[in-house]
Amino acid sequence: MTDTLIEAKDLCVSRGELVLFAERSFTLNEGELFQLQGDNGSGKTTMLRALCTLIPLDEGELFWRGEQLPGARDTYFDEMAFAGHTDGLKAGLTPVENLKWCLTDAPPSVEACIGALEKTGLAGKEDLPCRVLSAGQRRRVVLARLLLSKAVLWILDEPLTALDVSGRDLVARLIEDHLANGGSVIYSTHQPLPLTSRSADQTLLLSDAVGLAN
Amino acid sequence: MFRWFHKLASTRNFYRLSEILSPWLSVLCALLLGAGIFLGLFVAPTDYEQGESYRIIFVHVPAAWLSMFVYMVMAFCSLLVLVWKMKLADIVAEVSAPIGASFTFLALATGSLWGKPMWGTWWEWDARLTSELILLFIYIGYMALRASIDNPSSRSRAAAILALVGVVNIPIIHFSVDWWNTLHQPASIMKFDKPSIHPSMLQPLLLCALGFTVFYWVLMLIKSRTLILERESKSSWVQERITENRL
Amino acid sequence: MFASFATLLRRDLTLSLRRSSDWLNPLVFFVIVVTLFPLGVGPDGQLLGEIAPGVIWVAALLATLLALDGLFREDYSDGSLEQLLLSPQPLPLMVLAKTTAHWLVSGLPLVLLSPLLALLMQLPFQALPSLLLSLVLGTLSLSLIGSIGAALTVGLKRGSVLLALLVLPLFIPVLIFGSSCVVAAAGGFETGAQLSLLAGLFFLALALAPWATSAALRISVES
Repeated sequence: MTDTLIEAKDLCVSRGELVLFAERSFTLNEGELFQLQGDNGSGKTTMLRALCTLIPLDEGELFWRGEQLPGARDTYFDEMAFAGHTDGLKAGLTPVENLKWCLTDAPPSVEACIGALEKTGLAGKEDLPCRVLSAGQRRRVVLARLLLSKAVLWILDEPLTALDVSGRDLVARLIEDHLANGGSVIYSTHQPLPLTSRSADQTLLLSDAVGLAN
Repeated sequence: MFRWFHKLASTRNFYRLSEILSPWLSVLCALLLGAGIFLGLFVAPTDYEQGESYRIIFVHVPAAWLSMFVYMVMAFCSLLVLVWKMKLADIVAEVSAPIGASFTFLALATGSLWGKPMWGTWWEWDARLTSELILLFIYIGYMALRASIDNPSSRSRAAAILALVGVVNIPIIHFSVDWWNTLHQPASIMKFDKPSIHPSMLQPLLLCALGFTVFYWVLMLIKSRTLILERESKSSWVQERITENRL
Repeated sequence: MFASFATLLRRDLTLSLRRSSDWLNPLVFFVIVVTLFPLGVGPDGQLLGEIAPGVIWVAALLATLLALDGLFREDYSDGSLEQLLLSPQPLPLMVLAKTTAHWLVSGLPLVLLSPLLALLMQLPFQALPSLLLSLVLGTLSLSLIGSIGAALTVGLKRGSVLLALLVLPLFIPVLIFGSSCVVAAAGGFETGAQLSLLAGLFFLALALAPWATSAALRISVES
């Protein structure tokens, strides 16, 4: 029996009178791949940020392993990693510094950071400031951060952005490995993810029909 | 769903309550202010030291008192916003800010007018007036913050945090300004506060203070109604009222 | 938990030291503002000595304000703030780490430079210890109080002017006690009352500001 990680009940987020999405319910179990689909402006990013508790819900309830969020934030953040539109990297620091000075309880060693950077194709770039890296290279640093985190759940907003063909394959491979190890992934995309061994367990289609609040 | 209905119902109920209350309160306000001003301007005796010019306290003191009172209402509403996410409290806080700022400005203007015959200057760095001036800055900051945040739900909570930070600070500011004032002012200058007041002056003062308070409630109720309509213009009960032409 | 505090402190300090403009610009601003006063009111030594405590204090306050604008802004735009909010560490403690780092690179240099400005402004020598002590306590409080305003305005366009509008009134008690402490010391009086009031303000700010700042940051990243 697999554990239920996230249970979402009737999620609704609006901005002023604009309802971004309403009455969305789903559950996500351990080891599952969950895809968010939708056109530009359909609320994918908002949904992902709401799942991270970065955006408060107008209505509905969100549970992490049966405990209600945002109350259970602390245990949730221990087991969740988020990669959004912005990289969250300091331009003045090197990739290794960015990775080792993370705020988890057990920060990774420098060797682990270098190892992760090698896996994401950044060998030899460890000591350059992130400022001089290209957008795609910075995304690869973000992937290395995911690799180093002990998170069970990855929440990825457009993980393929700025990446070349080999980068996209890398994302797909990392996701598949993570799932094989019992992890779960929620991601949004409007490009197909080049998965080889499996496909998304669930797909949530957010329609672009944006409604007005009643 | 229940919570949503509940919230909507409370603004709707408030709207109806406001419709019923505001005419009565308006009448009460007119009576109180009329009586207070009449007693203050025509019945109360002329002050031994200050002559007729002291009569401005019948406006100045209630305005100063209301400037603090309205801020307290805002702070209380902010607490409701942060703890219970009450939409109505946000509406009351939003409409109260400009009213409170106006009372603060009125207190400053009348204080300055009073200063001319008393001290010979239009502006005296008296502790009371200085605190009022800082309070005005705080009101302005609060309104400026509200004006610059687009997302309504973020706006209400950000403003609430600021109002609560302000309410912690206001007593400290008050104390520090008093302290600063006693350091820098020679004792000979008369203070605004705590004059030994004759009952015939106290009566109109209390009437005016009450009248100003009721005036605030009336303004707040009426302005809240406008804001409720604006925020909930899409809701069925507002639509119903629009079609039936009774707003 | 405290390891994360140290990590964040170290990260922010490294970043600031790599980019000298972070700590140098407010410092230069501080010096220039103070220099303007003798030019504005005339080089009369006695007058300058009299207004020195107020001038140095106001200039320090404005320099702190200038530096505060950058407290969260870069973290907001590069997404580090988001990651900070999603870290399993208690947010008020992390906010405190950032504020401490910020004070070390912007507040502390102001304090260390102030004797030089006291010299320029002809402040009596006996007021120096009080000036230093009051500035240490005062700039700490200013950084803490200001962090609330910085957090509230971080996501807003033209947030820096709004920041000034929001926090300057809240800075007033610190200014009053701080400059009066220096005035008293210059006149040869006791400064115990002022210093204990400044210390009181500091502890109050330390106890409350990180929580308010944390709440404000969560609101600021919503949009």
